[in-house]
Amino acid sequence: MNRIERVFKRLRKRDETALIPFVTAGDPSIQATRDLVLEMDRRGADIVELGLAFSDPLADGPTIQAASFRALQGGMNTKKYFELVAHIRKTADIPLVLMGYYNPILRYGLEEFARDAAAAGIDGTIIPDLPLEEAGPWMKACRENGLANILLVAPNTPEERIKRIVRASRGFIYYVSVLGITGARTSLPPEVSGGLERVKSFTQKPVAVGFGISRPEQVKALSSSADGIIVGSAIVRLMEEKLSNVSPGEEDRAVAEIGEFIGSLKEATL
Amino acid sequence: MKKDTKGLKPSNPDRRGHFGLFGGRYVPETLMPAILELQEAYGRIRRDSTFRREFQHILKDYVGRPTALYEAKRLSEALGGAFRVFLKREDLTHTGAHKINNTIGQILLAKRMGKRRIIAETGAGQHGVATATAAALMGLECEVYMGRKDTVRQAMNVFRMELTGARVIPVDSGTKTLKDAINEAIRDWVANVSDTHYIIGSVVGPHPYPVMVRDFQSVIGREARSQIRKKTGGLPDVVVACVGGGSNAMGIFYPFSREPSVRLIGVEAAGKGTDTDYHSATLTCGEPGVLHGTMSYLLQDRWGQIKGAHSVAPGLDYPGVGPEHSWFKDSGRAEYYVIDDQEALEGFRLLSETEGIIPALESAHAIAFLKKLKDELPAGSTVLVNLSGRGDKDVETVRNIFRGGATE
Repeated sequence: MNRIERVFKRLRKRDETALIPFVTAGDPSIQATRDLVLEMDRRGADIVELGLAFSDPLADGPTIQAASFRALQGGMNTKKYFELVAHIRKTADIPLVLMGYYNPILRYGLEEFARDAAAAGIDGTIIPDLPLEEAGPWMKACRENGLANILLVAPNTPEERIKRIVRASRGFIYYVSVLGITGARTSLPPEVSGGLERVKSFTQKPVAVGFGISRPEQVKALSSSADGIIVGSAIVRLMEEKLSNVSPGEEDRAVAEIGEFIGSLKEATL
Repeated sequence: MKKDTKGLKPSNPDRRGHFGLFGGRYVPETLMPAILELQEAYGRIRRDSTFRREFQHILKDYVGRPTALYEAKRLSEALGGAFRVFLKREDLTHTGAHKINNTIGQILLAKRMGKRRIIAETGAGQHGVATATAAALMGLECEVYMGRKDTVRQAMNVFRMELTGARVIPVDSGTKTLKDAINEAIRDWVANVSDTHYIIGSVVGPHPYPVMVRDFQSVIGREARSQIRKKTGGLPDVVVACVGGGSNAMGIFYPFSREPSVRLIGVEAAGKGTDTDYHSATLTCGEPGVLHGTMSYLLQDRWGQIKGAHSVAPGLDYPGVGPEHSWFKDSGRAEYYVIDDQEALEGFRLLSETEGIIPALESAHAIAFLKKLKDELPAGSTVLVNLSGRGDKDVETVRNIFRGGATE
């Protein structure tokens, strides 16, 4: 059983929802990402989604686009990403899920990528531009290397498709809360819970919800129906604020402040 | 990466839009229902004679088809007189380029699908203008994404779009050019998928776009084929067209693609040279990868990050290319070569001076390539060139360059 499955099993026993924060690797630096992931782990995050930057992130809103840009400007690449993961793995057992676009994986080579990702300590992948129809070769590479390829379901996905997606998805199912791209929203459509329940009616696998979730109140409201809650842009934006203008030596405090936010989100899942 | 070029006939993708390794549908799940709906709707209208009649009627009375096939005798003489040159005059269509063939087809489809809003991307502005024009004709709301840099260098086209009632949205992300405008249009589509149709301007994007745009543009090749038969009694020996995304090239190639005697030649932009970072020679210098929903050759770095493209011709300035061109390249059905900025400018001048036709800088790449062809063709050959657009949009750029400015 891989780390992701273990976490959901443990949380299910306690009737608790997983908090899954997102951070773009290398934004603004590799060191900062490492510190942040470890801080998230300490503050109660259950799984961390670690973004691999891409030049053309077409499923992402302005916040994560900007983070990807900063990471690439800072020299982030696939090899450095794996080194960062391996470094985090030395001290943390938290499940790490790679969120990234398909082209960098293709370019590296599917088999090679899956092998090196697993060896570094990645547990699963989320590839927003790789729908079920095209995912076959990558899912095979994942299976052979013990990685969980997590598929997405959208609010407009028809029932018959949901059934096929939940059957193929590993680790958990990523339910996209809104029609649109990533980005913090002040309010979520009321039908999110209904959409989640619909997906859950087709599967025993855990279903996590993401896109647009930015506040503890929203996390609390969704906790009753979701097995996991993904918070991305809100964290990235906070980092942008806290880390962009810190003087050397003050990074620790900025990281701690983000940690407090993570703590408040985790509390809302209990 | 393995290149599987066996088992499929050229131009005959499988059910999921794969031309061998290339093509497919690499889009977020939210778009899958829309793409499947589009594929289904397109499959229906393809066999619908009412749709075909309406499409042909607008192409004739509004766009001005069929466009002329013109034998450029003075150009041919200037090139040594060993071969005959025929120009397919897409520059004479309404709005001045082949782009309108596709936007008329897609807007009719959008209307039948009950969409009330149209979005599009544009680089040079030609596709944006053609989309805004078609939307005005049909009374649909239209928004066009355009890289901030392009809105500045193609300000006149921005105004043309606005005059026809479209809203132009400048894009500030990434390289602020065409590829980023496509990203932004896709993001808009994801958020507004129920009432919006996205009119892609080239044979790129997820299936069914490459096939659909090719089909709408194939009117170019079908007309040219029957016109050249009447003038010469046979098929051309060579067909030449410029390739950015590749829609004008695919439009003229496709109806000849099952004729083994006809050489198909695509001309890419070498910009400041294929040994520099400033070119758009995707098929010549790229590697297969996934961008904007399709697998095709791409300009990318060793980590799979997409590189910026450059050409003096803004319509060729794209780091990807249609998947069917990638298939044509790997299967050997078409050949692809490059022409740099300087050569294209010479081609621009050559056609203007010999024939009194000012070509678009994009089409000037195809004209310029004739100089390279002349030594290898047997005497008496006939060459068909797609003159995809007129050069009005480029005269200011070219004037600045000829007066000693830089090429960008």
